[in-house]
Parts: sequence; structure tokens; C-alpha cells
Amino acid sequence: MNARNRILVPVVLLCGLMAVAGCKKKEAPLPPATVAPPATIPAPSAMLSATPTVISAGDQVQLSWRTTDATSVSIDGIGDVPTVGVKTVTPTVATTYHLVARGEGGTAEASATVTVNSPPAIVVPSNTMSAAEEFKASVHDIFFDYDTDAIRPDAQATLSANASYLASHPDIKIVIGGYCDERGSDEYNLALGQRRADATKNALVTAGVAATRVRVISYGKEKPFCSESNEACWQQNRRAGFSIDQ
Amino acid sequence: MKGLRPLLPLLVVSLAGFSAGPVVAQDWVHTGTNLGNQTIRIAAADFKPLGYDAQTPALKAVFDATLYNDLGNAGIFDVVSKSLAPQAMPGSPTEMVASQWSAAPSSAAMVAFGAFAVNGGRIAVSGWLFDTSNTVNPQVLGKQYNEAATDDMARTIAHRFADEIISRLGGGVNGIAETKIYFVSNRTGSKEIWAMDYDGQNQHQITHLGSISISPRISPDSSRLAFSTLGHDGWSVRMYSLELGRMVGFPGGSAGGSNLSPAWSSDGSKVAFSSSRSGDSEIWVADANGNGPHRVTSITGPNVSPVWNPRTNSQLAFVSGRTSEPQIYTMDQDGSNMQRMTDSGYAVSPSWSPSGALLAFSWNRKYGPGDPGGQDIYVFEIASMHWLQVTHESGSNDFPSWAPDTRHIVFQRSIGHRTQIWTMLADGTHQKQLTQAGDNSMPNWSWK
Repeated sequence: MNARNRILVPVVLLCGLMAVAGCKKKEAPLPPATVAPPATIPAPSAMLSATPTVISAGDQVQLSWRTTDATSVSIDGIGDVPTVGVKTVTPTVATTYHLVARGEGGTAEASATVTVNSPPAIVVPSNTMSAAEEFKASVHDIFFDYDTDAIRPDAQATLSANASYLASHPDIKIVIGGYCDERGSDEYNLALGQRRADATKNALVTAGVAATRVRVISYGKEKPFCSESNEACWQQNRRAGFSIDQ
Repeated sequence: MKGLRPLLPLLVVSLAGFSAGPVVAQDWVHTGTNLGNQTIRIAAADFKPLGYDAQTPALKAVFDATLYNDLGNAGIFDVVSKSLAPQAMPGSPTEMVASQWSAAPSSAAMVAFGAFAVNGGRIAVSGWLFDTSNTVNPQVLGKQYNEAATDDMARTIAHRFADEIISRLGGGVNGIAETKIYFVSNRTGSKEIWAMDYDGQNQHQITHLGSISISPRISPDSSRLAFSTLGHDGWSVRMYSLELGRMVGFPGGSAGGSNLSPAWSSDGSKVAFSSSRSGDSEIWVADANGNGPHRVTSITGPNVSPVWNPRTNSQLAFVSGRTSEPQIYTMDQDGSNMQRMTDSGYAVSPSWSPSGALLAFSWNRKYGPGDPGGQDIYVFEIASMHWLQVTHESGSNDFPSWAPDTRHIVFQRSIGHRTQIWTMLADGTHQKQLTQAGDNSMPNWSWK
């Protein structure tokens, strides 16, 4: 593997250098942009849009574009495309789609940027840091006994406090994550985590929190809080976790 | 042969590794899978190289090793180790001296042999199978192959020839050398769906979703891959077209909450899965295109991991936690006639054998707080309600999936916090580790 990387890295660098050098050469013979094409040949125009422009990883984005007076149209990373079209893409990282339309009358370009949020997780935006800190200090996770979604008596008080905090902060939407310990099987634990999160949501709704403010995700044993194989750690992982939505 | 020898570079190890005796069922084994019956002693001669193409030696080495491996993996042969076989490389029936091979120490009842050439970027293989005891009419098989000169195609030709031999000598059950295994790997940093050949070769990534994707289930015609992915609103059952090389719609698989563990009916017309959309985790069934999802169960508690009886498509097995720890149940496809299969412990991940007679599943018979127990693969005969344990005292074993020959099972084994994919014969013998890089889990064996 290392040996392969040692070969791969120089090769990749070399390809990169060649690509850069190649671009320069190509640019040179192009007519300067200010040179007006003959009056009979209109310059191409291009428009590119992405919907939506902000997604979570794995979601789809629809690119749509329109060009006029172009003979060839290409989008970086996609290749040649029709002069007018729609395409669904699934970027996993923030991507700027760059369209170039070439015609006899010149070249036109258009770009559209898609921002990709990391997969659903506990995301704390920096501009609400203090609200997030307050949330963390006021809203506490609850814990479960093994292989059950029953709300324990000791969790009831926590849930009541969480519900009253949410009642006094009606703008906050929350995500409840359902978590399980490492024992047992992935698929079953996801179903169990869903039931833990749903049971927790139901308890909040019963306490007066609007159901529309609560999003529920089961993480099963996919995102453990600790990874030791003992009861203390397993208890940490059998929980419903609260976080601010978005 | 019950050793846990990791499958290192397959082609090299196999030359030395298969010298052990016949695969014999042990006392505690009765699977009804025709394992442990009399095995046929077979030799695979190194093929005779023809011509002088520079690619020939390397590609022939791949071919010879793959064919030898495939026959060993089949589970129905006692393969003559290369060290006991004659040095001869007969390239045609006229060059074949059967007595050389039937004599001790090779003592082969059958011998596979032939010629291997590379011409103008193509591999040309002629392969024969001879019955050494039949002096009048020894030829059992004669096959010719012509494919592009690549490692991949050298392996593919060997797989095809092996499958011909296995089908001919294995009681009409087709070989599995051309099958694939789909699985989850985190080796790129996120859990994505991957595929590999049945012997662990040719591992390659299928999805690039950057989230967590699990539970791959290949369609019976190998055209589509159903799986479950974590998104903004929870888990969705999603569909990837291997023909188109991209995601395709599966509208019934998204409804918020947890939509998990898809399962194809063997006619490819329906997908069963688990969904929490009704407020509880239940078994649902949708058309193969994701339309018309409807609920089958109404049972409080987690209900997941459905699998169809592939023989009838009228029954499902699944996991239900209605009585606390999960147990295996069967039911008719309308949710009626529910029957509990396991009596205790923690039983999950059923896989229904292609014959319809057996369930493989993962069982921790002494699950509970303070009781580490052991999670092992069991095979359960539905008609008799008898079960047998097929993995023993080695890691935590889960997600068994039957091969189409009903002789092999692929499964995941966790040791410490590392999980890898293994195959074995359905009696637990001949265990081989197929993956090494990252963590690899939830294997699913293709239908053909």
C-alpha cells in the first residue's frame, strides 16, 4: 500500500502539472475576449442553477441550464451536455458546478454552488453559540435500561425540565437521537433506537411540546458516546440525546 | 480444516493451504445440505501454456490458482494438493495419461486439465474434465473460452470452468464461483456499500453517499441493490441500479423515522422492510419500484430484518422484540399465522436458505446484563424445529447470508472492535476471512 502511494503521489503531481501546463497552452491561442466577433454571429449566453443550493450529504440536487448560440456546452466534472438540460447530481462535498458554452461567437460561462452539510448530526452553528451553551446546560439526555425503550422513573424529572425549557424557548427546534449499546445487532438496535427516540418525543409532546418542533433520528449503535465493553459505557450509550435542530 | 486461517493473498496461500483432507461433517452437524456426503477426489492440473505471448505466464498463474481454489471452495471435493499431483501439464485429451493421476499419491477420481494461451490480447482456454476410472470414455466435460487478456477475465474463465465442473459433479447444484458478495465497508471513512467476488477478490465501492449506508440486499436478477441510508429525517430504504450506475427512485422507502433492512422476494417483484412510519417499528411490503407500501405486522416492539421464503414468496421470517429480547418469527405474507422459532436469548438476522427448508441466523443464547454469552451463527431446520450451532467460540458472529448453492454461508465476525467478513460451509467448516481493510459487515450473497 505504501509502495503504491509512493508511486501514486508523484504520478498524481505530474498529471496535475501537465494539466496546469496544458491549460496555459490552450488559453494562449484563444482570441482576447474584447475582440468583437463578426456582427452576424451572436455571442453565446449561459445560465446555470442548482436547486436546492444547500443539502445534506446524500441528497439530490437538480442542475438546470440554458444556453443560446452555443455549439458545445460542458460542465466541469460532468462533461459534455446538451445546450439546454436538467441533471440530478448527488454531491458529497461543497461543489461549484462550472458550465462553459462555446459558440462561433465566443465563450460564455456560468456557475452554481451547492453547499453540503455533513450528515445529520449534532450541529451547533457558531452564531448561536450562547443559545447552544444554554441549551446544553438546561436540556439533558435521558438513559435507558438494556434492550428496552421504557422511560425510566429517573428520566421523568429530566424530561419535565426539558419540556419546560422548551416551553420557555418556543423558537428552538430539537433533534432527539436514539442510541443503543454495542451489544446485539445493528438492524435491531436501529429499530430499538427509533423506539427510544419516539418514546422520548411522545413524552415531550404529552408535556405540551409541539410535535412539529421535534425531529427524531435513530443512531442505533452507529455513533456511540464511548466504546469500552463494560456496563458503565453501555449505560452511556443507551440514551435519547437532545440537540438543537440546525 | 476448522482453523481460522486468514485468507491472505488468496492465490498464493491456496497453493499451500488446501492440502488437508476431505471436508467431513462433525458429530454435531446435520444440516440437510448434503454436506458430509462422500466427496469426490479431484485433481486440477496446471494448464499447459501455449505460444510465447509475454502475458501468458502471469495470467496462467492467476487462472491455475483460481481454478484450484474454486474446486476447494466448492465443499464437495477432496482436492489433490499440488504437491501430490503429477508434474505433467497435459494440454489436450491425447496428452492425458489418466493412470498417472489415478495412481497414488494423487489417487484422483477426476482430473481437470487443458491448455492456456494468449493471442493478440485475448485469452484462449480449452478445458477438459476426465474420469480416470473410465478408460473407454473418460471425457466428462470439454469447454472452450475466449476473453480479453486481463487478470479479471483469467479469474472469470476459471470461475466458469469450475462452475461447470461443480454443476456436473455436484448433484446438479450450480457452483457459486461466479457469484458476488455485497457488504458494508467503512474503509473510505464512511460506511458505504461495496461488492466483491465470492472469494474476496475484486473488492470495489458501489455507493458514494458520504453518510451511513447499511444492509445491502441485491435483487434476484443482480440489477438493483436495496439498502438503507441515514439522511436528514432518519433512515430511508434506497435503491441503486447496477445497470445504470446510479441511484434510482424507491418512493415507498422514505417516510421519516427508521426505514431499514430491505429484503427482495425471489421473483424480484416485492421488497419487504422495516418502517417506523406508523409510530411503531413494523414490517412493510412495497412493490419492487417502491410503490404501494403497506403494513404487514401490528406488533408493539421493534420488528426488523424481514426475509422472504424464497421457495414460495408467501412467507416471511423476521425479528421481533415484542417479548423483550429479539426472537425469530415466521408469518404468512399478510401477517397471519405467526410462529415463534427461537425460545430464548437474543436471536437476530435471519437468512432463508434458497431451498426454503433452513433458516440461518445469529443467536446469543445467554444474552443479558453481566452475561457476555457468545453470538454465533445457527442453522435451523423449519420442518423439524431442530437447530445446530455452526460457529463456536470465535468472536461475535452476525448477518449470515446463504449462497445460492445452500452449501455456503457468508457472515460477519467481530473480534475486539474489528469486524470482518468470512465465508464457511453451512456445517461451519472451511472458514475463510475475505476482507482485511477497515471494518466490513452485513454481507449479502447474490442469488446467482
